[in-house]
Amino acid sequence: MKKNTFLRVGLVLTALVVGFIALGLVWTPYAPNAMDFSRLLPPSLAHPMGTDKFGRDILSRVMVGAGDTLLIALGTVVIGTVVGTLVGALTGWYGGWVDELLMRLNDALASFPSILILLVLVSLLGGGQEHMMLALGIVFIPSYARIVRSEFARARTQNYVRMAELMGASTARILFVHILPNIWHTLLSAITIGFNNAVLAEAAMSYLSIGVSPDEASLGYMLSESQSILGSAPWYALGTGLIIVLLILGVSLIGEGLQRGEN
Amino acid sequence: MVEIRDLHVRFHDASREAVAGIDLTIHDGEIVGLVGESGSGKTVTAMTLSGLIERKKVSLSGEVLVGGRDILRLPRTELRTIQGREIGVVFQEPMSAMDPLMRIGAQVEEALAVHTQLTKEQRRARALEVLRDVDLPAPEEIYRKYPHECSGGQLQRVMIAAAIVTDPHLLLLDEPTTALDVTVQAQILALLRRLNQERGISMLLISHNLQVVRRICSRVAVMQRGKIVEKGEMERVFTAPQHPYTAKLINAIPHRAQR
Repeated sequence: MKKNTFLRVGLVLTALVVGFIALGLVWTPYAPNAMDFSRLLPPSLAHPMGTDKFGRDILSRVMVGAGDTLLIALGTVVIGTVVGTLVGALTGWYGGWVDELLMRLNDALASFPSILILLVLVSLLGGGQEHMMLALGIVFIPSYARIVRSEFARARTQNYVRMAELMGASTARILFVHILPNIWHTLLSAITIGFNNAVLAEAAMSYLSIGVSPDEASLGYMLSESQSILGSAPWYALGTGLIIVLLILGVSLIGEGLQRGEN
Repeated sequence: MVEIRDLHVRFHDASREAVAGIDLTIHDGEIVGLVGESGSGKTVTAMTLSGLIERKKVSLSGEVLVGGRDILRLPRTELRTIQGREIGVVFQEPMSAMDPLMRIGAQVEEALAVHTQLTKEQRRARALEVLRDVDLPAPEEIYRKYPHECSGGQLQRVMIAAAIVTDPHLLLLDEPTTALDVTVQAQILALLRRLNQERGISMLLISHNLQVVRRICSRVAVMQRGKIVEKGEMERVFTAPQHPYTAKLINAIPHRAQR
């Protein structure tokens, strides 16, 4: 068997990042909000990523902030995948008016810029992690629904599906026991891509200070803070950006590896 | 007993009826052949009989009585209690008819999982029993395999095993040997005959190949353009065809060259 380098590197990278984030849950070098007079220090042994303008340790804040980002991205992907798969399975299988109705709703949702829908949803729901997840999840539903729908529509005419029908299997059984495992690989690539988009969307939202408070260690908010002092304290943006890049790179490589493994 | 009475099937977008009024009875324990060229309506008949036909796309009339119930008029949920339980189906291409990501064992057990309350162990025991019954050597090994690890002949046996696992009254065989080479074809036909004799399962064998039908059927119906043009005892039809189309089909069988 050929070694799948993409998958391996991706898994190792992701494991490192997740390990780093998991460590942040139980231990950080400094309290993420502890301020002192060591303002805007460049990276050193005491502060590997330097400090920000309030003297807070950037590494500690990145550890905590990345945890929030990961959690929200996962929640977003779960909501988007579960609801999107349900909608896609029903529309792809039944076709007809069910398809028309749900896919037009889908189109309506997809035709607004997602940032606008997010703004509206967050202002309706209020801030906080769970609302952020919900808002992002809703925005992510159409893309999953569309992919899953076409896969189910294709599977509908396959002989093994008709065979299951002939065995007297119920529709739910055919959809989720027979078809879903067979389209899983397509869904999996969509999930890895979606996860990355969710990480970026969360960072973008907090960059625009939507749904976060300034004292929270949030990657996007930290990036927007770092922007104005990019010349005098470039390490602030570097440390914060690095973790986003690594997280996305790892998951992208996993997705790429899985796709190559298919062929 | 399965009785087809004056069955008409017409696809909404077609100009003529795919099945234009056929009558056919399959008695218990009998193997009936249904032959005809492509487009003669034999597969549509089979699809109607199995309940696979999409009712929205066709207009149906007549009756198809399976155990006294008219399956053309049964609601979908009730139809499901017949599919896989009282009617088993074997398709032409076993490779595509199997779920590529499910082990053979689970696929043979499908009808049991759907229709019975048997435990996992009981289902497994029953599946191994039928796998042995269709002459598969090392059923335990096959049970754990995936479809792509098996040969076409093995898979066709697996399909037959999956179709008979619930002891159905009728086995619907749609070109069951067409995709197989001639030696495997003969083995499968012998297997079908044995299952018919041992278990008394009635069968409807659909084929364009008169030779195949002659091997195991006691009666035969010949279809052309949606109608049954001739039916009767196999040997009588074969030796003294009444309809010119039947005669043409028989003459189309390649003979061994004269020495």
